[in-house]
Amino acid sequence: MIRTKTVKRPELNLWEKLYFPEVFRGVLLTSKHFFKNLTLHAFHAIGLFRKIAAAVTIQYPEQLWKLPGRSRTRHRLTKREDGSPRCVACMMCETVCPARCIYIVAEEHPDPNIEKRPKSFDIDLGKCVYCGFCVEACPEDAIRMDTKILDIAAYSREEMKLDMNELLNPTIAKAISAKP
Amino acid sequence: MMTHLVIQAVLAATVLFFVFNLAALHTWMERKQSALMQDRIGANRAWIVFPRWLAPLNWLLRSFNVLGLFHPIADAIKMFTKEDYIPPKGDKFLHTLAPCLSLFFALVGFAAIPFGNTIEVGGHVINLQVANINVALLYIFAVASMGVYGVVLAGFSSNNNYAVLGGLRASSQMLSYEIAIGLTVMGIVMIYGSLNLQELVRAQGHYLFGWLPLWGFVVQPIGFLLFIAAGIAETKRIPYDAPEGESEIIGYFVEYSGMKFGMFYFTDYLETIMIASLATTLFFGGWQVPYLTQAGFQFPWGAAFALAPLTVSILQILSFVMKVLFFCWLFMAIRWTLPRFRYDQLLKLGWHYMFPLALANVFITALILLMVPK
Repeated sequence: MIRTKTVKRPELNLWEKLYFPEVFRGVLLTSKHFFKNLTLHAFHAIGLFRKIAAAVTIQYPEQLWKLPGRSRTRHRLTKREDGSPRCVACMMCETVCPARCIYIVAEEHPDPNIEKRPKSFDIDLGKCVYCGFCVEACPEDAIRMDTKILDIAAYSREEMKLDMNELLNPTIAKAISAKP
Repeated sequence: MMTHLVIQAVLAATVLFFVFNLAALHTWMERKQSALMQDRIGANRAWIVFPRWLAPLNWLLRSFNVLGLFHPIADAIKMFTKEDYIPPKGDKFLHTLAPCLSLFFALVGFAAIPFGNTIEVGGHVINLQVANINVALLYIFAVASMGVYGVVLAGFSSNNNYAVLGGLRASSQMLSYEIAIGLTVMGIVMIYGSLNLQELVRAQGHYLFGWLPLWGFVVQPIGFLLFIAAGIAETKRIPYDAPEGESEIIGYFVEYSGMKFGMFYFTDYLETIMIASLATTLFFGGWQVPYLTQAGFQFPWGAAFALAPLTVSILQILSFVMKVLFFCWLFMAIRWTLPRFRYDQLLKLGWHYMFPLALANVFITALILLMVPK
């Protein structure tokens, strides 16, 4: 037996059916917001009550949204104390990556205590799905996704690729070429 | 004769200047008011910034920039430079004629709106009204109902079924509400006994019990509400925007682009201003300021405050402008508050509720007028 639940639609009473009072109520609600925000904007313009926001808008390029601490953003490679990458080119991240956007070429490390180091470490951000598996897979804490860089844009697929230098110095924002 | 012509030309130019600028500002009002109502900021990215050596100019322009006041200009530039596409199988002549008709009939109605009392300048008595027509009310409604031709022709000449349907929706909506709107003002005409708008406004200068201004909405509250409701339907804006259907259903101007589309859009704003000025003239006492006579303020509790005739005129014009702006604001608030009517609901509202109510209003007004001795 199929059990059904009858959803009772609210019936309009006479006052609501008159339509005008309800329209008036609606306009009153929106006008309340209008005048509240208008007054606040006017006060902001003369430098008062800056703490109370008049709008929920965030003016994006100038004003950035405060990201939560755990949000996954653009990758970076961490460094050892001498400035070389912590990465030991174990290929764990490349293996776990579901989007297959990490490309590592390994080479021998001059220090005999460390087996390998990356010769090149590229991430194709055009493919990356920001799942964070590479961060979790890394045994050396060499890759992190905490740069808070979200404005990743480019005119070609080639420009979406990051090389090791850019990953090691995450403040280098990729310049978008002037011409598409 | 010559001076008369010059005076009329100046009056017409003034009205046109005011109306055009207000209509262009409506695009700004629409953006900013909707933004404020929805806790947003609204368009503020069309900036005019000069190089550093013109810094004082930048300082002057800054508030305009921040307020987004250059967006109407950006809109106009965009509209004029866009491709103007005429459907190859459409009627080229009618396709061009339709927006012109719409705009023309929306504009000529303003000729009959009185925006001030008579003023005397250099021996000439100037009636602050472009054309003093003794059947001004009939003229305005005639012109407003002609506006439907532009809409129907736009739908018809586009060679697009959706446009034709939009045009048909528009014509049936506008004709239905034309009847309601005509009947709602009949009460006003019966009470004040004139079709001349200037006379109507003068008649609203009397006082009930010596203190209550005898404005239209005091004597005709039902008529006023119905007029506002039917008036918004005439402007083809939400909640009565079935002809256009900005968001989903396709309206009569699907096949229009560039400034021709802009003209239709402009017509909407002009009609809003038209209805706002009509509501002001008929129901809110036009240019009347409460307790202001030609000699100055005369309050019902006996206080008097003499003013120069020119000051009085300026106050009256300002009062008219403020009332029109208030109604523009109100229509914009209603437009951004209510959802759209379904098409059958819209016609049902017009024919089943507004038309009988307006008719009943006329009957009751007539009865009261018969019973109350002059």
